[in-house]
Amino acid sequence: MTGPARVDVEGWGWRYAGRKLPATRGIDLVVEPGERVLLLGASGAGKSTLLAGIAGLLGGSDEGERTGRILVDGVAPEAQRGRIGLVLQDPEAGIVLSKVGDDVAFGCENLGIPAEQIPARVSEALASVGLATPLERSTKALSGGQKQRLALAGVLAMRPGLLLLDEPTANLDPDGVSEVRAAVEAVVAREGTTLVLIEHRTAVWADLMTRVVVLAPGGGVLADGPPDEVFARHGDALAAAGVWVPGRPVDLPVLAPVRDTDAVLSTRALSVAREKRTVVASGLDLVVPAGAGTVVTGPNGVGKSTLALTLAGLLPEAAGEVVTEASLAARGVRRPSRWRSTELLTRIGTVFQQPEHQFLAPTLRDELAVGPRALRMPATQVDAIVDELLERLDLASLALANPFTLSGGQKRRLSVATVLAASPEVIVLDEPTFGQDRRGWAELVLLLQREIERGRSVVAVTHDADVVRHLGQHRIALEPAA
Amino acid sequence: MSGVDTGGAGAGSDVRSAWLDRINPVTKVVIVLVLAAPLLVSIDAVSAATALLLELLCVPLTGLAYATVLRRLVPVLVFAPVAAMSMLLYARPGGTVYGTFLFATVSDDSIALSVAVFVRVIALALPMILLFAHTDPTELADALAQVARLPSRFVLGVLAGARTVGLFVDDWRTMSLAHRARGLGDRGAVRRFFSMAFVLLVFAVRRGTTLATAMEARGFGADIERTWARPSTLSGWDAVTLGGAVALVAVALGAAVLTGAFRVVGT
Amino acid sequence: MHTSTSARTAPAVASSSRFRWRVVDIVVAAVLGVAIGLVFWGWNTVGGLWFVAMDGLTPGLGGIAVGIWLIGGVVGGLVIRKPGAALLVEVIAAIVSALIGNVWGPLTIVSGLAQGLGAELIFLAFLYLRFTLPVAMLAGVGAGVGAWVNELFVGSSPNIAKTLEFNLLYLGTLVVSGALLAGLVGWLLVRALAATGALSRFAAGREARRDV
Repeated sequence: MTGPARVDVEGWGWRYAGRKLPATRGIDLVVEPGERVLLLGASGAGKSTLLAGIAGLLGGSDEGERTGRILVDGVAPEAQRGRIGLVLQDPEAGIVLSKVGDDVAFGCENLGIPAEQIPARVSEALASVGLATPLERSTKALSGGQKQRLALAGVLAMRPGLLLLDEPTANLDPDGVSEVRAAVEAVVAREGTTLVLIEHRTAVWADLMTRVVVLAPGGGVLADGPPDEVFARHGDALAAAGVWVPGRPVDLPVLAPVRDTDAVLSTRALSVAREKRTVVASGLDLVVPAGAGTVVTGPNGVGKSTLALTLAGLLPEAAGEVVTEASLAARGVRRPSRWRSTELLTRIGTVFQQPEHQFLAPTLRDELAVGPRALRMPATQVDAIVDELLERLDLASLALANPFTLSGGQKRRLSVATVLAASPEVIVLDEPTFGQDRRGWAELVLLLQREIERGRSVVAVTHDADVVRHLGQHRIALEPAA
Repeated sequence: MSGVDTGGAGAGSDVRSAWLDRINPVTKVVIVLVLAAPLLVSIDAVSAATALLLELLCVPLTGLAYATVLRRLVPVLVFAPVAAMSMLLYARPGGTVYGTFLFATVSDDSIALSVAVFVRVIALALPMILLFAHTDPTELADALAQVARLPSRFVLGVLAGARTVGLFVDDWRTMSLAHRARGLGDRGAVRRFFSMAFVLLVFAVRRGTTLATAMEARGFGADIERTWARPSTLSGWDAVTLGGAVALVAVALGAAVLTGAFRVVGT
Repeated sequence: MHTSTSARTAPAVASSSRFRWRVVDIVVAAVLGVAIGLVFWGWNTVGGLWFVAMDGLTPGLGGIAVGIWLIGGVVGGLVIRKPGAALLVEVIAAIVSALIGNVWGPLTIVSGLAQGLGAELIFLAFLYLRFTLPVAMLAGVGAGVGAWVNELFVGSSPNIAKTLEFNLLYLGTLVVSGALLAGLVGWLLVRALAATGALSRFAAGREARRDV
C-alpha cells in the first residue's frame, strides 16, 4: 500500500506491566492521510506511549495491558512494518550500523527489498534529508543534527506512509534543530506523508503543523484543532503544563547589566584545550564579575564548554592562567586548576550538560549528601543541609528515589542541588536549559536568579537567547579564531 | 578495540590490501579453529614450535608488520612463563624426580611438559592476532549470517548492541571531570573507576533498549525474509587459504610424530 | 478493513513466547556481553596478576580470582531469563576479551562456551523460572565447574597432566569464587542496574521497581 497512511485510535489505553496506573487511557483520535499533527501534553500525559502504540512497538501482553485498539490503514500496526517510520529523541540510539550507506539500507534489507533496488533508495533518501556525506562515512563522526537526519533517511528509505517523530530535536543544538526541521519540511512537502510529532519547541514547528492535539494527564484528549485555535483557547493551561506556547514568553525578571564590579574570576592570556594538543581558543582576557550572572555564548565548536570547564578548575589551562579573587584562595593558591577536589567543591561548583554524568548514589538523599560527606561534616549537619535543599528545590517527595529514574527536569534540579549542597561561591553551568520544557526552564532560571541575589556568582554557557536575556548581566561572546 | 579495525587508516607500516583481505571472514574463523584444534590434541614442544614458525613465516600475508605482531604478542609472552611454571611444578611426575616441596614436584616429565606449554601458549594465541587484526565488524556479521547461516536476528542484533558500547569514550572523560568537581577526585581511584563503569553500563543498557525499538521500527525481527545489500561470498581464495592452513597444521603434527615427540593430552 | 468492535485487551499470547527472544533481548544481551567482556579484559590484568602470583607457585589457588570471568553467564541469565541467555552473554564477553587481545586467544571462546554452559544448565534446572540469589550463586558454581572441566582437557596447559591435589584444590577455589565473585556480585550488579530503571523492559527491572 502506498501514499499517506490513516490512523484510527479507538478508546485506546496502555498500562505498563508492573505499574498500578495506566500511562494513558480513553484516547479517541483519527488522523486523516496527509495531516500533520503536533502532539502536546504535560509530562506524563502519555504522548510517547501513544506514539509507540501507533508504531506497534509497545510489546506483547507480558509488557503491558492494552485497552481499545489502534489501526493504521485499517490494520494493526504490528503488521505494518515499513509503512510506519519512527524517529526517536536520542541521536545515537537511532543508528544501527557503522557506515552511513549501510545504516540507511538497513530498513530496506529488513523489508526484503531486492538488493538491486536498495542503492537507489539509499541515495534518494539521503538526498531528501539533505545529507550529502559519502556512503562510506563513519556514523560515529556525524554531528547531532546529521545523526537525526540519518535516522530520518533510514526511515524514508522504507517509503513509509506515516512518520512518527518523538522529540527529534530535544538533544540538538540550534543548528541541528533547524537542519532537522528543514529536512522534515522538505519530506512532507514532497510526499505528503502523514506526520505525528511530539515536540515542546512549538515555536519552531507550529507553522508546519495542520493540527494540534493535546493529551490530558490521566487520559483522554484535552484539545484538538488547528494550531492557532488551540493555542488561543488553551494557551494558559498548556503553558502551565510546561509546553512552550508561541507568543507566551516566560514571565521572569530581567536582571540589570553590571559594570565595573569586582571580579571573582579573571583570566590572563588564557588558552583552553580539551586535550593537550588541540587548543580551541586562545588569548582570552576575561572577567567574571562577583555576585552577578555571566553568560558565555558563541557558535558551535568555538570552545564555550571547554572555557567553562577551565574556569571551573576542572581542565588545566593550555596557556595563560585563571585566577580567583584573594578571598577564594586555597592554601594561598589562587588558580582553581591547582586546587584539590575538596577545595574546589566549596569554591566553584559545576553543573554538567548531562546531569547523569554526575550521579553517584542510589537515592536522592545520598546523592545530595555526597558533597557534605566529602567535606567530613557531621551527620546531623549533613541531614540538615539535605533536608533544606530537598524542600527548596521541590524534590522532597523523591528523597528515596533512584536519581536515574527521575524525569529530565527533576534530574537537572537535582544536579544543581548537589552543587548547592557545598555552598560554593561560584556556580558554572554548561547548557543548563538544554532539553527543558517550559516549567523546568522557568524553575531553573528563577533558582539561578535567586542565587545571584544571595551573592553567588553564576556563569552559564548557553545557546538559549532567553537565558542570555534573563541571566546575562555580563556577557562573554566567543568568536571563532580568524 | 586494538584487535579490530574500525575503518580508519591503518598503522604506518601495515599493508592495506594483503592476501587475507580477500578472504571471507567466516573462512578466517574456520582457519583460526583449524590452526588451534589439532594442536590441542598433542602436548609437545615440536608440533607447537613448528606451527609457530610456519605461522610467523606467513605474517607478510596478513598485511601486518612484524613489529605490530610482536607488540600484540607481549601479553602472551608475559603469561607463557607463568603457565610453564605451573606445569613445571604441578605436572604428574614421570621420569627422574629432581625435587619436591609441599605439593610441587619437578621431574623429567614436568620439564618437558613445561617447555611444550611455553611454546604452545604462543602458538595458540598467534592465529587470532594474525587473522583478526583488520576485520570490519559489519563484514564479519554479514558473513556469519549469509555464509555460515547463523540466524540474522542474532548476528545483527549482537552487532548493533556491541556497537553502542564503543560510543562512550567522551562520557568517560566527562565523568572523571564531574567526579573532580564533586570533591571526589583526590582519593579512591578504584571506587571512582567502578562507579563510573557502572554509570556507563546504565547508559549502555538504556541506549541498547532504545536502539532495539528503533531497529524493530525499521522492520528488524519481523517474519520477513531478509535481503542483503552487502552480499558476502566465498571464492577460490578461501579454498586455497584454508588448504594452506590445513597443510600447515599437518606439517606441524607430522613433525611431532616423526620426531616421536607426539603425546596425546592426558597420557 | 476490520469492522469488529472489540475493545478488550490483546489476545493471549502462546506460552512459547516466554522463551522467544525479542529484539531487545538480543541487543541488551550484546550490550551486557560487550561490557562484561571489557571487564574481563580489564580483569585480565588484576586477576591475571593474581593468577600469575598464585598459579605459578601454589597448587590451584589461582582459581580464587577466576570468579569474575564467570560473571557473564550469571548476569545474562538473570537479566534476559531466556534459554541460551547465560551462554550467549558469556560467549560474547569471551569473544570481546579475546578480540581486544589476550593470552589465550581462541581458547577464550571455548572457555566462554564451557563456563556459559555451566551457568545455563543451572538456570535450565530451575526451568528458567527462578532467579533468586541462591540460584545466581549456584549458576556461578555451575560456571566454575564448567571452567574446571574445560581446563582439564582443553587449553595450552591442560590440567589433566597435573596432580590430583592440584586439580581438587583448583575445583574448590573455582566453586567458591564462582559462587561469590560471579553469583553474588552478579546478582548485586543486576539489582543495582534494575534500580536505575534501565531494565524496565525486563522482568528483572519490573521486580525491583516499587509499584508506581
